[in-house]
Amino acid sequence: MRSLSVSRVVEAVKEMCIEANHFLSKDMMEAMQKAAEAEEAPLGKQILNQLQENARIAGEDMIPICQDTGMAVVFAEVGQEVHFEDGILEDAIHEGVRQGYQEGFLRKSVVKDPIYRQNTKDNTPAVIHYSIVPGDKVKITVAPKGFGSENMSRIFMLKPADGIEGVKNAVVTAVKDAGPNACPPLVVGVGIGGTFEKCALMAKEALTRPVNKRSDIPYICELEKEILDRINSSGIGPGGLGGTITALAVNINTYPTHIAGLPVAVNMCCHVNRHAARIL
Amino acid sequence: MDRHIKVPLTGETASSLRAGDYVYLTGTIYTARDAAHKRMYETIEENGKLPLDMQNNVIYYMGPSPAREGKVIGSAGPTTASRMDKYAPVLLDMGLKGMIGKGKRSQAVKDAVVRNGAVYFAAVGGAGALLSRAIVASEVIAYDDLGTEAIRKLEIKDFPVIVVMDSVGNDLYETAAREYCREDGKPDTVKGERG
Repeated sequence: MRSLSVSRVVEAVKEMCIEANHFLSKDMMEAMQKAAEAEEAPLGKQILNQLQENARIAGEDMIPICQDTGMAVVFAEVGQEVHFEDGILEDAIHEGVRQGYQEGFLRKSVVKDPIYRQNTKDNTPAVIHYSIVPGDKVKITVAPKGFGSENMSRIFMLKPADGIEGVKNAVVTAVKDAGPNACPPLVVGVGIGGTFEKCALMAKEALTRPVNKRSDIPYICELEKEILDRINSSGIGPGGLGGTITALAVNINTYPTHIAGLPVAVNMCCHVNRHAARIL
Repeated sequence: MDRHIKVPLTGETASSLRAGDYVYLTGTIYTARDAAHKRMYETIEENGKLPLDMQNNVIYYMGPSPAREGKVIGSAGPTTASRMDKYAPVLLDMGLKGMIGKGKRSQAVKDAVVRNGAVYFAAVGGAGALLSRAIVASEVIAYDDLGTEAIRKLEIKDFPVIVVMDSVGNDLYETAAREYCREDGKPDTVKGERG
């Protein structure tokens, strides 16, 4: 067994909330640069250049890339040989979010009750997904999720007979319905298979994969490219104001499913696809 | 066409704007998003007095991140406008001349824009750090208890927006996407409409 103080979890989560909201990952920066070069619409190109300048200002002035600093989604991959000390792991994650959003001048966007809607004023609680993995390390990923794009996400419970064409049409339909609302250029996270909730979770996890890394499964890799081409043929463009770059990447994760089903989840993410990860 | 215009708008200026115009706004605007709109709407239903006069004013759908010390405001980009669609027509009928947000609007909003000679502008979504530099002063004037969703009076200088809906019924989101669409006619709809 390896002992790990939860105070290290608090510190790491706090720092990652601030980091992710001010600095885009290298793969995202590169994808935005490429998009600005490739975009054919003059206004679209101008918007992509503005978004790059926006990211530069964010890092220099320590002002969040987007005012919607999101609800904090946290993936905790816990090695089964780890023993936590000095407190409760879950409390530590929430405390890290609380401190990060306070000290980082991040917007508090979480309401306590979905109907009565009082702001919790510290952006807690986080949404936490745990997994137990081999080893004695803990990997924590913080992915603040804005709701302009979250609101445009969908689940399709397709029939097995709908097949791969059904999957393509579902993803393209979701992107077209999202249009300008989800702040294109998008990163499109897709889950195929599993159950209703597994499929949604895979779509979320897919967003944390670097946008320049394609699936290891050959036919899924091809599917990612083909759907991206179709999305970029839609004409929606940067900011939804017309153009040839509507999405930067389509990231697909898959899982075995039931003989009767073909679930497809599409988790939209805007161009501020934020995530930071650390191993403790 | 690039234009520099003053806000609040005049009826004449608002009705002269056309979808696709790139516009730099200078003057005074007000912020309001979901919770502030809900509260204003309830006030109107109860025949109460609104915290701001709608006449010729522009509302920016925005809730900023907190300002660091010495700064006017935090990150300050637009939020999705369609969530305000339920409330916007009545405000437009009361004299509201402009809205700044992002994303599609309902037919009812489009009709109210035309009926009142108003305008819907888009600011670039996700460019909140850049847009904050065009905001020179910010003051909460109502609903302070709503935090980021309070109503703020903003002084802006050359704040960049694009006209999406104009007073003659154009919608840039529809026309611009059509211009760059390169589909080969494959059907892209699946059964099971959004519920």
